[in-house]
Amino acid sequence: MLRLPAFELARPQTVEEAVALVAEHGEAAAVLGGGTDLLPNMKHGLVTPRVVVSLASIPELDALAVAEDGTLVIGATCPLAVLASDERVVAGWPALAQAAGLVASPQLRNSGTLGGNVMLDTRCRWINQTHFWRKSLGFCLKKDGSECHVVAGGSRCVAAASNDSAPALMSLGAVGVFAGPGGRRELPLESLWTTDGIRNKRTDPGELLVEVRVPATADGHRGAYGKLRDRGSIDFPLLGCAVRLELDETGAVGGADVVLVALQARPARLRRCGEQLGGTTPGKADFTAAAAAVAEAARRQARPLANVPGDPDYRHAMVPVLVRRTLEAAGGGGGPVHPL
Amino acid sequence: MSARDVHGVEPPWGDAFSVIGKPHRKVDGLAKATGQALYADDLTLPGMLHAKTLRSPHAHARIVSVDTSRAEALEGVHGVITGADLPTPYGVIPWTPDEHALAVDRVRFVGDEVAAVAAVDEDTALAALELIDVTYEPLHAFLDPHEAAERGEPAIHPARKKGNVSKHVELEFGDVEAALADADVVVEGDYFFHGTTHAPIEPHCALARYSADGLLTVWSSTQITHYVHRTLSAVLGLPAPRIRVVQPCLGGAFGGKSDPFSFELCAAKLAMLTGRPVKMLWTREEVFYAHRGRHPMHMHYRTGADASGRLRGVDARILIDGGAYSSFGLVTTYYSGQLLTGPYDFPSYRFDSTRVFTNKPPCGPKRGHGSVQPRFAFEVQLDELAERVGLDGIEIRRVNFQGSDTATVNGQRITSNGFAECLDAVERASGWKDRHGKLPLGRGLGVAGSMYITGTNYPVYPNEMPQAGIQLKVDRSGLVTCFTGGNDIGQGSNSVVAYLVAEELGMDHRDVRVVAADTDLCPVDLGAYSSRVTFMVGNAAIDAARKLRGAIVGAVAGEWAVPAERVRMVGGAVLDLGDPERALTTAEAFQLAEARLDTLGSTGSYNTPPLGGDYRGGSIGASPAYSFTAHVVEAEVDVETGRITVSDAWIAHDCGRALNPMLVAGQMEGSAYMGMAEALLEHHEVNRFGLHAGPSLLDYRIPTSVDTPELHALIVESLDPEGPYGAKEAGEGPLHPAIPAISNAVFDAVGIRLRHLPFTPAKVLAALAERAPSAAGSGS
Repeated sequence: MLRLPAFELARPQTVEEAVALVAEHGEAAAVLGGGTDLLPNMKHGLVTPRVVVSLASIPELDALAVAEDGTLVIGATCPLAVLASDERVVAGWPALAQAAGLVASPQLRNSGTLGGNVMLDTRCRWINQTHFWRKSLGFCLKKDGSECHVVAGGSRCVAAASNDSAPALMSLGAVGVFAGPGGRRELPLESLWTTDGIRNKRTDPGELLVEVRVPATADGHRGAYGKLRDRGSIDFPLLGCAVRLELDETGAVGGADVVLVALQARPARLRRCGEQLGGTTPGKADFTAAAAAVAEAARRQARPLANVPGDPDYRHAMVPVLVRRTLEAAGGGGGPVHPL
Repeated sequence: MSARDVHGVEPPWGDAFSVIGKPHRKVDGLAKATGQALYADDLTLPGMLHAKTLRSPHAHARIVSVDTSRAEALEGVHGVITGADLPTPYGVIPWTPDEHALAVDRVRFVGDEVAAVAAVDEDTALAALELIDVTYEPLHAFLDPHEAAERGEPAIHPARKKGNVSKHVELEFGDVEAALADADVVVEGDYFFHGTTHAPIEPHCALARYSADGLLTVWSSTQITHYVHRTLSAVLGLPAPRIRVVQPCLGGAFGGKSDPFSFELCAAKLAMLTGRPVKMLWTREEVFYAHRGRHPMHMHYRTGADASGRLRGVDARILIDGGAYSSFGLVTTYYSGQLLTGPYDFPSYRFDSTRVFTNKPPCGPKRGHGSVQPRFAFEVQLDELAERVGLDGIEIRRVNFQGSDTATVNGQRITSNGFAECLDAVERASGWKDRHGKLPLGRGLGVAGSMYITGTNYPVYPNEMPQAGIQLKVDRSGLVTCFTGGNDIGQGSNSVVAYLVAEELGMDHRDVRVVAADTDLCPVDLGAYSSRVTFMVGNAAIDAARKLRGAIVGAVAGEWAVPAERVRMVGGAVLDLGDPERALTTAEAFQLAEARLDTLGSTGSYNTPPLGGDYRGGSIGASPAYSFTAHVVEAEVDVETGRITVSDAWIAHDCGRALNPMLVAGQMEGSAYMGMAEALLEHHEVNRFGLHAGPSLLDYRIPTSVDTPELHALIVESLDPEGPYGAKEAGEGPLHPAIPAISNAVFDAVGIRLRHLPFTPAKVLAALAERAPSAAGSGS
């Protein structure tokens, strides 16, 4: 099997110790949650940390709680499997529970953490390969090379955000709590991701995600997640779609949000879907028509590239189908949409 | 074939079998399930070194120079070898020795082996690889087989003097053009089968030890110990008697461990050079590069029939993408045509198959070697023909059924043939009559049939010796140990040997031990390929057991002074049929026989009868018995996403006699699963750089359990006159119809013909759009 390069494992007992370790080692440190992403990337030579800082020994980090004000507080090392099956999350934040439940496979969800999924590195068929493989084609823009194999002549890395939880959290207005040498700060996840495939997060060096706070949802909240992938398990998304609907007392849409993932380095929010869906009622013809219009707008807005595996034209054709089906699922209180 | 090679289909003692036909656990089942089984990588020896391979980053290049001096100087490195150290070419087929353990002057695909290092650990060996300086002069890389067929320069194998053609076979039986001209209906079309690979769970691994007295032992994850033995001797220049090859427990092979490989030769050479044991374990990525999987085939078929649907003639033209080396390609090229001539009667047939070299991982034998691809094309075309003449898919297959005890158009002898029963079984189980053509839009049933060999009388290298040999050794405790060169690769052949010997000797099968695939201990068997082991080793086992039985029964009869006919071995005892009071345990009988006769033991063997057509290549594909299969699958097509979901597969397979129905069903289910995987998900794809598109189990999409349909195994037992108690193969035949049956089910569901694999959702959508831009809702 592929060898895991040698590294020093640090097991801090507190967040402060972890922050200090990351600060001390800077770029030579990597943070380990469940390891389901970091370790393969290390085997592929994508990251070469001298010190791996494990968060496993910090008890407070795997908490999953609902605060008094109704905020869902998820520790960075809360396993995805726990999040996906928690009855409070399933009921109150269905898109998040569904997205967490569709990450990878059961075994990987037992090990993988929400923090790890939020902080997942971008992925591309030309980068998530062995060192030998990447070297054979002269490497690429994201690491060790100067050429992009997705976009001929491209000077900007287009590796794709591939974390299922990201669009769900964005649609829910979640906030990340980051600990750094200067203390803790909150950053709306909306503002976390950038369009730079090489490094798609706006965190400072030395900052560590410690928890994710998801605002309380109202009674009229509806949410769903849809995922396109080749198999019924394991695979990263070829497309992902999170939907949030807020229904008023009459059952009509008051607010709506649709966020897509696996297109570019940053999860992409659909423009103006709230306007199109507003005032329509799920289950009725106006909602169906509005959902179709949003889906068509999504098709126009989305530009799938040959970054993740699969045929980009097919992925493009699936954008409106995924959006419409996920909207319908959310409207009907169902989901997830998988397989598409 | 002598009388000793045919043993009849009846139970050896009276009316019923004691062991055969029952769902016994595999002899190594618990060891595997509990983790106690020892695979090649589980073996370690004191002082063992680890070896790694430097591979070509170019698809096609001349090697200008290799400098290993920096690697040799690295601390912890014990040996570095290059092509100059192992210059003798080899190949599993003796007529096409075009491989080297390490490239001599040219690399032919990304991943081709260039140098190998043995060091104190894997990390040191990997570090040393980075210190080997190779200068390449890149050459034009052939990635398209059509280009390779038309353009001979630069030749991938300059010594072969045939441009880039690896093998060409053209055979015609009867007058095909006249038959097609007379036919009422002719269907013509192009079909494409993509590349797929075996993806066994266990990556290839070898451990080599060279002792002080000059004996080389190689433990290898091979499915053909005997060919590894011969190749090690030829390439290392070491006399074969000084080499021992052992196959430990094997974690899947499916044809991908049939060739002698670089890793075995390099581990052995490095062990000889360093005087230390050397292990080489491939990574998953390296398994993908070594490949030897399903050949991509571009196929053109013309099939003619009369108005009643009876076939008149079949004409095939096939371009086979061989990848960088010959491997079994000579056989593949013949198989692409030779194995299509059943279970239907072809009055006339022609095939013209050309295998070309390309700069891609070499193709070879994968489960259903050479015949899965043409079977896909033909069974889809047969469905198109059925539609044209207005016959049901099952009916056209019945109309053309060739029957048993007959001969094919290309001169192959057919003995038992349960194909008609297979069709009946899938028709009944799937509810075909009530449901085919009548399901709602988007849901359909499809049928396909096939035939496959149970071993072949082509022994790879010409010789007059038996194909399978076995030796039985008797212990006074009541234990019988069977020594067989047969390779158990998970299919359960060791279990089958234990069942057969236990049946013949009236013993508990748990008192029969099997020692297999060790060239020092076991008589030669030609290995696990062509679905030959149960049939050939099974017959050899019965042969040996009957000799032993004769000796023991004779000794007991002599002791009791009764005719031998009165002595019966059954249930772990030896009984006198004429005197219920008189009985011995098996152990007592063994001791008695040993005292009266000599040290007890016996040998047995099997060889094929003369078979095959009287023409060049007529013995390739000539089998002592053919298995037959029919599938019906139920598929659902989402017309909006193009996704095909197979909900059920009914698999009826004529395996002759099911020696262990549980193992037969397992092979049938595994085969159907693998075929479905190739149809819908798996793609061994090489990208524009000549690099494997995703050499990992993440990117190479093997179906998970949730992607797998309900598999219904329907065993059909035709009792072959020459099989062990009537058994035939079950490991490869049941794969074939899985793929065309899905295409035919999709036609029933939504009215499109999928002729190009894999059946991706994008292809389904394109076909739906092409068929009826405005009528995606009209269906069948």
